[in-house]
Formats: sequence, structure tokens, C-alpha cells
Amino acid sequence: MNTAAAQTVSRGVGVTVRGLCKSLAGQPVLHEVDLTVEPGEVFVIMGPSGSGKSVLLRHIIGLMEPDTGEVLIAGESIQSPGVRDRHHMAMVFQSGALLNSLTLAENAGLYLREHAMKPEAEIADIVARALAAVGLTGQEEKLPGELSGGMRKRAAIARALVMEPQLLLYDEPTSELDPLMAATVSREIVALQRRLGVTSVVVSHDRELAFGIAHRMAIILDGRIRCVGRPAEVRALQDPQVREFLDATFRHH
Amino acid sequence: MIYRDIGQAILLFCEAARQWPMVWRDRARIREQLHEIGNASLFMACLLALFIGGVLALQTGPVMSERGVSSFIGGMVGLAMCKELAPVMMAVLIAGRIGSAMAAEIGSMQAYQEIDALRTMNIDPVRYLVLPRLVAITVGLPLLVVFAVLIGWMGGAMVCISNPQISITYSGYLNSLKAMVQVGDVANGLIKAVVFAIVIGTVSCHQGLTTLGGPRGVGRSVTKAVVNSIILILVLDYVLTRVLLNL
Ligand SMILES: Nc1ncnc2c1ncn2[C@@H]1O[C@H](COP(=O)(O)OP(=O)(O)OP(=O)(O)O)[C@@H](O)[C@H]1O
Ligand SMILES: [Mg+2]
Repeated sequence: MNTAAAQTVSRGVGVTVRGLCKSLAGQPVLHEVDLTVEPGEVFVIMGPSGSGKSVLLRHIIGLMEPDTGEVLIAGESIQSPGVRDRHHMAMVFQSGALLNSLTLAENAGLYLREHAMKPEAEIADIVARALAAVGLTGQEEKLPGELSGGMRKRAAIARALVMEPQLLLYDEPTSELDPLMAATVSREIVALQRRLGVTSVVVSHDRELAFGIAHRMAIILDGRIRCVGRPAEVRALQDPQVREFLDATFRHH
Repeated sequence: MIYRDIGQAILLFCEAARQWPMVWRDRARIREQLHEIGNASLFMACLLALFIGGVLALQTGPVMSERGVSSFIGGMVGLAMCKELAPVMMAVLIAGRIGSAMAAEIGSMQAYQEIDALRTMNIDPVRYLVLPRLVAITVGLPLLVVFAVLIGWMGGAMVCISNPQISITYSGYLNSLKAMVQVGDVANGLIKAVVFAIVIGTVSCHQGLTTLGGPRGVGRSVTKAVVNSIILILVLDYVLTRVLLNL
């Protein structure tokens, strides 16, 4: 079932979110979110902590069901059966979400191995390359518990790169990384998009990353999309709350 | 609450059963789980069985000797062990040792979003996590019961020959056991073991998968897995005994 999808991997899929509302534990988290991500686009979602970015991503990948509204992947509801067989999707979780009982190499190769998509030798090769791309060569046999937070995050990114999906969601890919590694990861995100035309949705607070890689971006405040546009357009906005978020600075002297 | 849990657990079992054709691909994980069951429980199971067989003989032996029916002691211990005590006690032991571990492991995977990660990778958690555990415990528990039955019989024999209040010889004990215990009686116990294994595996995996919240949620799942398993084992034991009696 997955081999058929594997051949169509080179085209990204579009995402449409329509009128998405969600309450969690009695608290409204997302209000009427509308969003369109074009196929092959790098779309960045920025917003303050607690504004609902992770919840939005979980809806897009189908881990949560909207109270009202819908999420469409290439025009098909994410909740309809078999979408995941037809469209390859992957997500880099904010916490990494590596399988703690497997080594890094096993984690990274899990997808290919479970779906028996490639011969074992080839999988080992692909995994080694993906781990090298995020600077984890030599750590293959370590368990996630033996790694730093940033290393876990990078391993999670490697696991997603290996999948070569059509839609790739990143939840704060660089939040735990040093500037050098963050730059490497941003390069990988762009490279994957160029090479395979992957649609990427990146959630981040990192303004440099966002303005560096985004084709278009959205800013989400308190569960509402405040603005959507190309980086230059967003930068030029006069909305005071958006300005406050984008202009916050560490310089106090 | 327990009714909803039972209903969902039955659905989970059906879902796992539907994935049955994939079982060959999971042989490595099944072996791993079996290893764990054997490693964690074989010694405990044998020790437990030895004492259960012993105490059965000790409780009934003197009374039966006094009334002159000591020739039935072997059969009594033999039947009680293979039809009732070995399956139930082993199931309770496995619910405590393996069921709790299953609920804890799957529960913490749920708490740390590992199960979500599996879903996004289009890997069915039921196939990846539940099926191998269910198969392993369904193979493992009856095996343990076989060991427990044999050792329980030996425990009974040891008490009979060493206790002066019990007037039966070793060969008398064995002959009585051979005369009264049929292959069907052992099979009876094994059927119970298979049912109990499925109950423990399904209930524990279900509790793990429905874990809410962090470490405290995992703790709650483990407790519920063990308690619900034991309740179901004891209730089903009566039902199964009743049903198997009429066969
Ligand atoms: N499982 C949940 N149950 C109840 N409330 C939740 C749950 N997940 C998230 N929330 C609430 O939803 C809101 C948005 O959470 P979310 O994780 O999406 O924030 P975020 O924008 O990703 O923040 P951060 O940048 O810190 O990761 C928060 O107020 C949070 O308390
Ligand atoms: Mg978040």
C-alpha cells in the first residue's frame, strides 16, 4: 500500500484549514482558524507561548479532531480513513517524541523498516546520512534517554527527514538548538523542500528562522490567526500587537 | 466505569485480532516479550506453585488420613492444582508482574506522545504494541501453568511423604494422582489460562493506551490494569468452571 505512495512522494500536498474551533478542558484554544498552505510551500506559524500553535499542528496531522471546522489534506479530510496511506505526512514534535526503548538509529529507521519500504542495507545507509545531516554521527546506538534535549530534537528531525514525506510539520525545530545547529536545521528544511517539493509547516518563535525560510507566514495570537502574508508584508504591518511580538528585544542597556 | 472499560477493551481485542495476519512480521517483538515473561516470572511461578501444592496437601492430608480416605490425597491435590489453582494463581501473578509492566510501558509512551508519533508515521499502535504483547502472554501464561502444575504436584508429594500425620506413600500419592487426573483436566486448566492471558493482555494494553496526563496518569492506569484484570480473572474463573463442567 505504501510503495504506491512512495513513488508520488516528490510532490508536496496542500493543506486547508477551514473554520477550525477547538476547546480543551473547557477552555477555548482555537477560534475560527482559516489557513491555506500551498503545495511545496514553506509556511511558518509564529505566535507567543500558549497561543495554540502546537494544538493547531496536532489538528493538521490528525491527532486531534476539531470541535467544528475541518482540515483538508490535498482536498481530503484528514479524518477520512486511509489518508495516511495516500499521503505521506510527518511531524517533528516539540518534545521530539522519540521511542524511548529504541536506539537513535532504530528510531530514525523505524518508518522505513515498519513499512518494509527498502532493503535493510539501504535503510542503514539512509539513516546514517540523515543522522549525519543533523550532526549526530557516532550516536547511533544511544538511547533517547542518554541524549541532551537538543540532540533528541535533532534525532526527531532526522527521523522525519528519512520519511521523505509530502507534508512535514515542525513544532519548534530550533528551540533547543545552538545558533550553529539551528542554521544547519534551517538549511535542511529548505533543502528538503527544494529537493522533493515537500510542503513544510514550521511553528517557531525564532524570528530569524521564520523570516529566513518562510515563503509565507502567519501570526497566531490567543488562538486566532492575526495575519498571513509574505515575510516582507508581515514585517511591514502596523498592527500594534504583531509589532510588539516581532520587535521584542533583549537589549536593555 | 468498569463496563465502559470492558467494552473498549473488547473492541481493542477485536482490533488486535483483525491484525492477526501481520503477526509473523512481529516475531522479533513477540520473542522479546516472551523472554520478559519467562525471565520475570518463571522462578516466582515455580516457587508459588511449590508452596500452593504443599499447603493443599497439608490442609487436606491429615483430615483425609483421619477419615481413612488418604488414598484420594494425590488425586485431590492433582485436580485442584491443574483445574483451579495453577491457572488462577499464575494469572494473578502475571497480572501483577506483566500486566502492570504492559500498562506502565504503553501508558508512559502515551504520556510522552510516543504513540502520537507512531500514528503520524502511519504505524498502527495496536499492531505495533498490542498485538505482540497479546500473542506473547497468550503463549507464555499456559506454559507457566504447565510448569506450575508439575511443580505443584511435586510440592504436594513432598509434604505427603515428609509429614507423619499424612498416611500415604510417594507411590500411593502418584497412583492416586494418575487414577483421578485425566488429560482433559489439564486441558481444562490450559483453556482457563488462555482466556486469562487474553484478559490480562487486553485490559493492560487498553489501560495503557487510554492513559491521561503525566506520571500520575500512568500510575492510575497500572493500578486499574491490575485490579480490573484480577476481578475479571476471578469472575471468569467461576463462569469458565461452570461452563467446562458440563462439557
Ligand atoms: N491536552 C490539553 N488539554 C488541555 N489543554 C491543553 C492541552 N494541550 C494544550 N492545551 C492548552 O491549549 C493552549 C495552547 O497550547 P499549545 O501547546 O498549542 O501552545 P503553543 O502555542 O504551542 O505554546 P508553546 O510555544 O509554548 O509551545 C494552552 O493554553 C494549553 O494550556
Ligand atoms: Mg507548542
